[in-house]
Amino acid sequence: MVQAIEVRELEKSYGQVKALDGLDLEVQRGEVHGFLGPNGAGKTTAIRILLGLLRADGGTARVLGGDPWDDAVALHRRMAYVPGDVELWPNLSGGEAIDLLGRLRGGLDPAKRDRLCERFDLDPTKKGRTYSKGNRQKVALVAALAGDADLFLMDEPTAGLDPLMEAVFQDCIHEVRAAGATVLLSSHILAQVEVLADQVSIIRLGRIVETGTLSQLRHLTRTTVSAETARPADSLRTLPGVHDLEVRDGRARFDVDGEHLDAAIAQLSNLGIRALTSHPPTLEQLLLRHYGDEHADNGNRAGKTPR
Amino acid sequence: MTATATRPPAPASTRSATGSLTGAGALAGLMLRRDRVRIVVWVGVISGLSAIVAAAFPGLYPDERDRQALAQTMESPAAVAMTGENHAGIADYTFGAIMGQQMLWATALAVGLMSVLLVVRHTRAEEATGRAELVRAAIVGRHATTAAALLVATIANAATAVLLAVALGALGVDSLDWPGSVLYGAAHAAVGVTFAGVAVIAVQITEYARGAAGIGIGVLGVAYMLRAIGDVGPQALSWLSPIGWAQATEVYVTDRWWPLVIALVVTPALIAVGVALSTRRDVGAGLRPPRRGRATASSSLATPFGSAVRLQRANLIGWMTALFVLGVMYGSVLGEADQWFAEIDVLGEMLPETDVSIVEAFAGMVTMVMAIIASAYAIIAAQKTRSEETAGRAEPVLATALSRSRWVGSHVAVVLAGSGLVLAAGALGLGLAGAASTEDPGLVPRLLLAGVSYVPALWTVAGVVVLLFGVVPRVIPLVWALVAYSFLVLYLGAFLDFPGWMDNLSPFGHVAQYPAEDLLVTPLAALTLLAAVLLAGGIAAFGRRDVQSPT
Repeated sequence: MVQAIEVRELEKSYGQVKALDGLDLEVQRGEVHGFLGPNGAGKTTAIRILLGLLRADGGTARVLGGDPWDDAVALHRRMAYVPGDVELWPNLSGGEAIDLLGRLRGGLDPAKRDRLCERFDLDPTKKGRTYSKGNRQKVALVAALAGDADLFLMDEPTAGLDPLMEAVFQDCIHEVRAAGATVLLSSHILAQVEVLADQVSIIRLGRIVETGTLSQLRHLTRTTVSAETARPADSLRTLPGVHDLEVRDGRARFDVDGEHLDAAIAQLSNLGIRALTSHPPTLEQLLLRHYGDEHADNGNRAGKTPR
Repeated sequence: MTATATRPPAPASTRSATGSLTGAGALAGLMLRRDRVRIVVWVGVISGLSAIVAAAFPGLYPDERDRQALAQTMESPAAVAMTGENHAGIADYTFGAIMGQQMLWATALAVGLMSVLLVVRHTRAEEATGRAELVRAAIVGRHATTAAALLVATIANAATAVLLAVALGALGVDSLDWPGSVLYGAAHAAVGVTFAGVAVIAVQITEYARGAAGIGIGVLGVAYMLRAIGDVGPQALSWLSPIGWAQATEVYVTDRWWPLVIALVVTPALIAVGVALSTRRDVGAGLRPPRRGRATASSSLATPFGSAVRLQRANLIGWMTALFVLGVMYGSVLGEADQWFAEIDVLGEMLPETDVSIVEAFAGMVTMVMAIIASAYAIIAAQKTRSEETAGRAEPVLATALSRSRWVGSHVAVVLAGSGLVLAAGALGLGLAGAASTEDPGLVPRLLLAGVSYVPALWTVAGVVVLLFGVVPRVIPLVWALVAYSFLVLYLGAFLDFPGWMDNLSPFGHVAQYPAEDLLVTPLAALTLLAAVLLAGGIAAFGRRDVQSPT
């Protein structure tokens, strides 16, 4: 199968700081690929290279079969980009910005644009300077989704959106995927990517440390569970995959590996569950667990990395 | 997004006045801390400049006859409209009278500008950034920010008054006595606090700091125009202008204090109106709801060139207007140029030594000065791509199917055309007003040609900016040195006798001062070629570098 994105040994430095340090990334056509990493890991740098805005210092990158730097204009006709921090022209309305970006890419479908504005609850007549961060994000999303791109590069596209709008965004991504397009979706929150991604790559310090389907990465996910049970939950201690169990006053709190979650909950159920909450680990916790604390705060360790 | 609707006066606003001012003192302290350099620079420059000028008078006009000659030239309606009336009469044109007529209007404008900018900066600009919400959420009264900003503006104006009085009084220059100097300072403070009051109203009207500053500066411009018209025509108009009140003190001549009483009455009224308006709006909102835009882009906007025009339009129109007005100002005194230069030897030395008429020689020099000023437009407009890049707005555009060269090229095309339009606007103003004051309609086409002959020089300046943008964008501001150098060498160099090669380092030095000199086509063609090379080099270099993003 032809790959939408094929990156080998990509390197990029800003002065002393190495933003990308031998990045490998493969995205198949038609998949939604989660691009996960803590802030400053190099996600934005990688996406900017794929857009031909930055020139790599070393390695190769192919996007839709072309070279992102040399064939930028031709490739951009088939690509749509949503930046993480959307800046709009202060004196242009949101609708004007959407049309401008859409037509510069080669045209957008007005009916689709109007439908998207409605779904995202975006007022296109307001001037750029009056939009909140979330609304600026919506302008960029509508501009990208109203065209008909083969490849979407989205850099933390839902950063300013409320949960309701995030649900709309997820619907849109499902539709885009059903239509056969490819999506590279960067985020620093695992849960966001979990809902949408077929494949996930985790970037840390400018290189990919894990890649695969979510079930292949299941060993990475560990859920934190708090429960109030009728009988003391000390028996959980003997179960495989249960970590850091604390039992006090009829309350139990523990971490459990993704593959052992079912057994742990079944055991809890036997003890009579009165209350139960669980939350997934953050990406930072995951990385901390797997790579030791010296790498946990990625960007901060290496000084401020330009995004 | 904050609500934009205005709301009816809240009953809460009638609560005790002290409550609504709670925290004003602390806020004023914060503002003074933030602005300690800014205010010192404003006050220092205004009073320092006044003192330097006053100190130079005895050297410039040593005896009574020199001063009377100067007074003669200042009698023309054009000169009176520009500066003000001579209250002392030609025979008694003392140094003090010169200060009151020729200096006061300019520093009064500066003090007004200082007040408007200070008040806007600490009220509306704070609201626009959202910092005001943090402050208002603390134990701070409804009107505390306004009161604190007014207090800071008053302090700045009082400091200006004291410094002016001390600096001028202590100079010991003949006729600049202490009572007059105190009044001179007080007249400035009166203008300043009045415009602080104007600014308090302006910041209620619009949501945007720039809009509020624009309204305040607009009122300042109207005040200047009113006194200009009033001084040569219906006197009553001058009394509508705070600058007119300051000049009506006849400072250093009769030293009248009572015109300043008008400011003492008007300023509290302005503040009261502003405060009343402020209770009718929400924090962050303006009285005037923000204008809506189109829901879709017009077909002209959504092209690379169309969007470049749209983004640069306001700047271009502003510069065309400014240059036109400047041209009209110079043009309206063109008719008296003969008389001026015949009487004042120093000015005569500045003109090129040719056998053409003084009017043409003066027009040629003025056109060059206006072209150097217009080059500031070329620099600012040619930097647009850089400001789009650092603001993060270039990135989404360059991620579309628009090539980098076409993006820069579209903006460059606007700059190239805009340079011609700005120069033509200035030349047209100069030509029309000049034709009126000299009664020679033939000046219009000749001065238009003179103005447009500087287009290749502006293109060259723009070319330097674009080349730096492509190669080392961080050093673009160095281009301003080229403007400063050109002004220094070509304008002041006329007195200072710099060697000819120094003129040649400036693109403006290669343009003949038509109509005083014959128009030479070869240097213009060479400049155009140079500009083309610089522009092409810059565009090509930008295609090879990383697009930088805001940090």
